[in-house]
Amino acid sequence: MNSDTVLIIDYDMGNIGSVCHALDFLGGRYLVSNQQEDLAAADGIILPGVGAFDAAMRNLQALDLVGELGEQVVKRGKPFIGICLGMQLLAKDSVENVLTTGLGWIDGHVRAVEPSDGFRVPHVGWNGVHLHRDTALFHRIADDAHFYFDHSYHLQCGEELVLASFDYGGTYVAAVQKGNIFGVQFHPEKSQRNGLKLLRNFLTAMRDAAS
Amino acid sequence: MLKTRVIGVLAVKDGLVVQSVGFRRYLPVGVPAIAVEYLNRWGIDEIVLLDIRATVDGRRPQFDLIAEYSKHGQVPFAVGGGIRDIYDIDSLMRAGADKVVINTAAVEQPTLISEGARRYGNQCIVVSLDARLVAPGRYGVFTRSGRQATGHAPVELARRAEQYGAGEILLTSIDRDGSKQGYDANLIAPVVNAVRIPVIVCGGVDRPAHLLEGIRLGASAVAAANFFHYTEHSVAVAKHFLETLGAGVRLDTLVTYDGFDHDGNGRLGKVDDDVLDRLRFKHVPEEVI
Repeated sequence: MNSDTVLIIDYDMGNIGSVCHALDFLGGRYLVSNQQEDLAAADGIILPGVGAFDAAMRNLQALDLVGELGEQVVKRGKPFIGICLGMQLLAKDSVENVLTTGLGWIDGHVRAVEPSDGFRVPHVGWNGVHLHRDTALFHRIADDAHFYFDHSYHLQCGEELVLASFDYGGTYVAAVQKGNIFGVQFHPEKSQRNGLKLLRNFLTAMRDAAS
Repeated sequence: MLKTRVIGVLAVKDGLVVQSVGFRRYLPVGVPAIAVEYLNRWGIDEIVLLDIRATVDGRRPQFDLIAEYSKHGQVPFAVGGGIRDIYDIDSLMRAGADKVVINTAAVEQPTLISEGARRYGNQCIVVSLDARLVAPGRYGVFTRSGRQATGHAPVELARRAEQYGAGEILLTSIDRDGSKQGYDANLIAPVVNAVRIPVIVCGGVDRPAHLLEGIRLGASAVAAANFFHYTEHSVAVAKHFLETLGAGVRLDTLVTYDGFDHDGNGRLGKVDDDVLDRLRFKHVPEEVI
């Protein structure tokens, strides 16, 4: 009976309240949890994230969620979206604070944002997102639509995974997809209508995958 | 291209948004939840909510109220006032804040900046510095809602905050607060040049032209409190003015003000009656998301 329930992973690293409020607005059914059995029962998974990479991996390991996440998302193909840090965690490693191994679901690395002179770090604010491909996640969202970014590190990965990019004294990855796994560097839960549309698209993709 | 942010600051005292003048006199404006909702609808880029009495009264943040307010906005929500330790930061993030603003604690116990940054990343920690002239040409930073002199210059504390891991500086002029005289350029420019993290400026805005001055001083974001409360669509009008002058702001509201003129201060000009007639019957359906 739990069709279309999305699980928001509570690993003490996120602006969980904001993600919940966005889903409330959309009328989506969700559960906030860090229990393995809830991961197994959910139809889709959101990994939110505001925080440091090393602390996030430590928390996921302490909650014993890494194995179960891999089982549900990589093996069983459950729709998954990582937000900001949640996207970066998909990479093989990150240099934030100390070199830390990530989930490693996509072939990528997290490195510091080092733009050319005159650009400040962190990269904070609303930036235009250039779409590289026509995908379900950006359905009804225009090219160069604005989303809210707030980060000091970014994901480097192969072009074949990149859905969208942004410019900030260089070009960086804004969104990635590998099959059922989505990741966005910006914060859709805080990007007004564009962000809500994106989350709606994810919920729709999740529902389509379940049926 | 990254847009310059226009930020609305809500100073909250005894559960009400207030108009603050010089950090000393306060006039009630309204209920925070409504203010958040209106700013959000009018296209604000970020909302900063400051509980200006919390530290003075020895209180911690009011987490349940923050959770309630944050439901009304779909833009980044930075919350400050009364934050003393990492547990306060945790609870605020859980309640619906996207960033935290640290003022008194950033000066009295700067390790809280690094502790917060290690856990939530630099970008989550905003250090707020309230400064005013203490001698001709010399500025000092004050904590506890402008009551307590720190004896430190804003440039010095801004650099220190950056070193401890702050992601942004919110720089407010106490002298200009509620003065309607515009930003304090002599305070702002040295701080903007002293750090490599984004600087948000606040204090003194009375008209959209003041926001443009802040952008020209090199601020990464321009903030105002009182100014946004008193006119309809204040944010959308100000942004339209900034955009026509090439300031590069985000325009994403149903109301656009396309075709309107401004005077040099950014106030809307009179529009022909026949244009107004057409506007009256224009129906813009809200998009279903």
